[in-house]
Amino acid sequence: MTSLIVLLCIILITVVLVQIGKVYELTNVIKGEQQVLRDNSKWNGWLSLVFLVVFLFGVIYSAWDFKNVMLGYGPHESASEHGLLLDNIFFITLVITGIVFVLTHIALFFFVYKYRYQEGRKAMFIPHDNRLEIWWTAIPAVVMTILVVRGLNAWNTVMADVKEGEEYMEIEATAQQFGWTLRYPGADGKIGARDYKLTTGANTLGVDFTDPKTWDDIIPGQELYLPVGKKVRVRILAKDVLHNFYLPQHRVKMDAIPGLPTYFVFTPSKTTSEYRNELRKYPEYNEPFDPADPTGPKRWEKFDYELACAELCGKGHYSMRRVLKIVTQEEYDAWLKQQKSFYLTEIRGKADDPNKDKVLDVEIRERAKEFGENIKKAVESTTSADKTLSLNHISFESGSATLTSTSKYELDNLVTGLNAFPNISIEISGHTDNNGEPAANLALSSSRAAAVAKYLADRGISAGRLKPRGYGDTKPLVPNDSPENMAKNRRTEFTILN
Amino acid sequence: MAHVNTAAETLEDKLTHELGYDDHFHEHHHGDKFQSNFLTTYIFSTDHKIIGRQFLITGIFWAFIGAAMSIIFRLQLGFPEADLAWLRPILGKWIMVNDAGIGKLDPEFYYALVTMHGTILVFFVLTAGLSGTFANLLIPLQIGARDMASPLLNALSYWFFFLAGVVMFISLFLSTGPFSGGWTAYPPLSALPQASDGSAAGMTMWIVSMALFVVSSLLGGINYITTILNLRTKGMSLWRMPLPMWAIFVTAILGVLSFPVLLSGVLLLMFDRSLGTSFYLSEIVVGGEILDRIGGSPILFQHLFWFLGHPEVYIIILPAMGIVSEVLSVHARKPIFGYTAMVYSILAIGFLAFIVWAHHMFMAGVNPFISNFFVIFTLIIAVPSAVKVFNWIGTIYGSNFRFTSASLFGVGFVSMFISGGLTGIFLGNSAIDIALHDTYFVVAHFHIVMGIAAFFGMFAGVYHWFPKMFSRYMNETMGKIHFWGTLVGAYAIFWPMHYTGMAGVPRRYYDGGASFDAFRHFEDLNRFITVAAIMVFFLQIVFIVNFFYSIFSGKKLTVKNPWGANSLEWTTPIKPGHGNWPGKIPTVQRWAYDYGKGGEEFIPQYIPLKDGEHDHGEGH
Repeated sequence: MTSLIVLLCIILITVVLVQIGKVYELTNVIKGEQQVLRDNSKWNGWLSLVFLVVFLFGVIYSAWDFKNVMLGYGPHESASEHGLLLDNIFFITLVITGIVFVLTHIALFFFVYKYRYQEGRKAMFIPHDNRLEIWWTAIPAVVMTILVVRGLNAWNTVMADVKEGEEYMEIEATAQQFGWTLRYPGADGKIGARDYKLTTGANTLGVDFTDPKTWDDIIPGQELYLPVGKKVRVRILAKDVLHNFYLPQHRVKMDAIPGLPTYFVFTPSKTTSEYRNELRKYPEYNEPFDPADPTGPKRWEKFDYELACAELCGKGHYSMRRVLKIVTQEEYDAWLKQQKSFYLTEIRGKADDPNKDKVLDVEIRERAKEFGENIKKAVESTTSADKTLSLNHISFESGSATLTSTSKYELDNLVTGLNAFPNISIEISGHTDNNGEPAANLALSSSRAAAVAKYLADRGISAGRLKPRGYGDTKPLVPNDSPENMAKNRRTEFTILN
Repeated sequence: MAHVNTAAETLEDKLTHELGYDDHFHEHHHGDKFQSNFLTTYIFSTDHKIIGRQFLITGIFWAFIGAAMSIIFRLQLGFPEADLAWLRPILGKWIMVNDAGIGKLDPEFYYALVTMHGTILVFFVLTAGLSGTFANLLIPLQIGARDMASPLLNALSYWFFFLAGVVMFISLFLSTGPFSGGWTAYPPLSALPQASDGSAAGMTMWIVSMALFVVSSLLGGINYITTILNLRTKGMSLWRMPLPMWAIFVTAILGVLSFPVLLSGVLLLMFDRSLGTSFYLSEIVVGGEILDRIGGSPILFQHLFWFLGHPEVYIIILPAMGIVSEVLSVHARKPIFGYTAMVYSILAIGFLAFIVWAHHMFMAGVNPFISNFFVIFTLIIAVPSAVKVFNWIGTIYGSNFRFTSASLFGVGFVSMFISGGLTGIFLGNSAIDIALHDTYFVVAHFHIVMGIAAFFGMFAGVYHWFPKMFSRYMNETMGKIHFWGTLVGAYAIFWPMHYTGMAGVPRRYYDGGASFDAFRHFEDLNRFITVAAIMVFFLQIVFIVNFFYSIFSGKKLTVKNPWGANSLEWTTPIKPGHGNWPGKIPTVQRWAYDYGKGGEEFIPQYIPLKDGEHDHGEGH
């Protein structure tokens, strides 16, 4: 119904316009040609003048009204060091083009008004004026030269890559439909290698985890942090189509391209809270953040730097938002400390782990520390249940009593423990699941316990302190009703005896 | 408005009889084998005047479709909460109606609309509709030729354009929708159907349509160049040509040199899509699938695309500049100021057009050092552009300016070209482009400088040469309502976008940036823009109504030269037939801009120079 009314209105308006046109045409015939020209000239001459005044007023008024969105002005100041350079050129260009805009428009519409058709007026015959042509070629050329020189100076400074020996931190931003994944280097300060062919559901970036540099890398959650005043080199990539890494307040923008990493180097100059405090001065930022909640927090209080996509990448292009917090170095360090290595938390020991057969240095260190603490606790404890510890990281070749090569770290930890507490002796107990003959299981568990004892004895622990014993499948930890539970029941433990 | 009295016409006949060039042309008063029935006269015509009109009317059709699309996506941006269920009869499944009965535009289709709007307006309307119309109509008439060098190629040029349009039109109705990856069609988005629905069959049809369009453009361009170089009448030296001829000549050269590059670019894209090559693809994981393509570069496509894409904007604006120069001079009753400077600036712009393309790619990951050259060349373009603007203003200075719809649109063109040109100085400076690239500032810039300005040039041309095309006038009152409304309305649409652009709001955001705190505080402005866009859209319907109404019922032309113009097209009969001039072709004795010289209001080109009189075209 609405559309029908709209359609009727359109038809009606069209008919009215056609009629107006026809009526004017008829009155023109009556008025005579000269009178029509005179009226025409009067009306359109005045309209030119009115348009000139209204237009210039509108332009200047709106520019004043929107001054706070102009680059480098008021609340729209750059939040990065290099941004000041380009905001400055923006301002110079704005002043120059503003003057040219006003003057040429005054000339254009005023001349149209002043030289409007009048009966008997003779137009001047000025086919050309070479002096004028030279002037109005030379002046724009000089102005453009100034803008080019200043612009390129700024451009080459802003776009320069980091130099060798310069102090900076590098992070990696990867775009995909429709979101960003950021990767921070861990303690080594280096981002590890990747190969897109390694991409899996868990390893969405295709990180090559055989590269030790990847093991401490961090993939933070929704909120990203960067320290203020520190030069950041963002390595920018895309997985699927073109995207663009865009930080509006930092004047950072660079395409993310599959197969062709790009970069942008910038130094954040204001922390989020400093920026918020500056915004506080402007009335529009004292409006409520959520218009539906007038008493709630104000806009400046909720302000955050944002990461957006600025290259059409498909139907979700508009939704690739991330929040970026710029903080002091101390706050940044504290945040970084809370972040966990992506490899160790998400990949290690799971299906996509290429290092399953290896024990990493970091794991050796951590396990030694943990083992030391555990054995100390067990020795000091008075309850008997606490006296039994599981040797989680030792394993045997399938069906035999041969220790795997990676078991030695755990056994060495036990050696260290026994040396640290020379007065204790231990029972080493082997356990199996209920798969196979109980007698065979018992024999296997006994010989496995003996293999452990032999390893320890070979490392100088007196045999009297070691009592190996096989229990077979008689002491399951959990019911043997699933492969996972059976794996839990295949274990080696030791119990502190005195 | 008749400036030609019978005495002058008699003089013209006399001079043409004495000095005219006899090419033994035989006029066929009752049609010849090429113009004997409706079909051969109006549809499969080889007459340049009919082909020009075909381009124009097809262009108007596409302009309507393209503009209507912009209204739909402006509704989404200006009124994101509005119920669009009423559009379901037209858009069908692309309007998602929720349980409450509220209809929303599908984001996929939003992007399809934006893409089609760009493609249609740039190629079908402002290239074919503008340049095709006026090149065809004006070249033979203004240089004094019977027709194009090859009328058949000329007709084929139109029909390839028509086919391109048919293919694109059909793609609008695909179940996966038309192409939706932006008019620039950057791969990998345009190469991977997995990445976007529109990159499936929609993209294939887009490429086919573009290929047909390039064929059309080349057939036309070669013809325009050949005709201008070879078929000028006696006395019509290059330096006596009216400015539209210079503009169209350079435009045609730009098209012939750059369109093949686009074709090669999209062909390689086609290979990537269907033959498993990797010109543009490398190390891609899309939708969980690891593609086996390495070594390609998406930036290669951008170079190939913009090697056409940048000259393309001059292909659009140069004919408009030529038209406006002519129209302003005729209606100012004053020679165009600095004819020679105007020609050299056209040539300079044409040359520079080929060495600035990468200014579209400052942020695309090309070596920042290379950008230095593109900044320098880009900002140099401001110089010939400024020269043109000053010359137009100089033309109006000291004139006796007649307000016709045509001349008003000419003035509007100059205003738009100044406004949009100046913002180009921001964007061409790569340092500022870091902040403004891909924001609404860019949208404002190019819509004003090559969208609205080119449209204004086109309107100026249509109002000015309508009497030559249809032997009737368009209604001037409706024309002036159309002009003043559109001038104000177009600024109302695009001026505010500068501010959202400065604030950093990215273009091509379905929700206008509503999910970003930095971008979402422009609801009022977006509503204002949308309302202005709707009003301007309806004002264009006034033009369309005026156009078609005037074809059949406009005031009849009673004189050959209604505007008192100097160029040759106004020496043809009121209803020029096949071959344009019955009998001899007039010869040219002087340049086209002797207005107000020596007390004469105008001196047409066929009038011989007096003893010792200076010819301001050749004798510069």
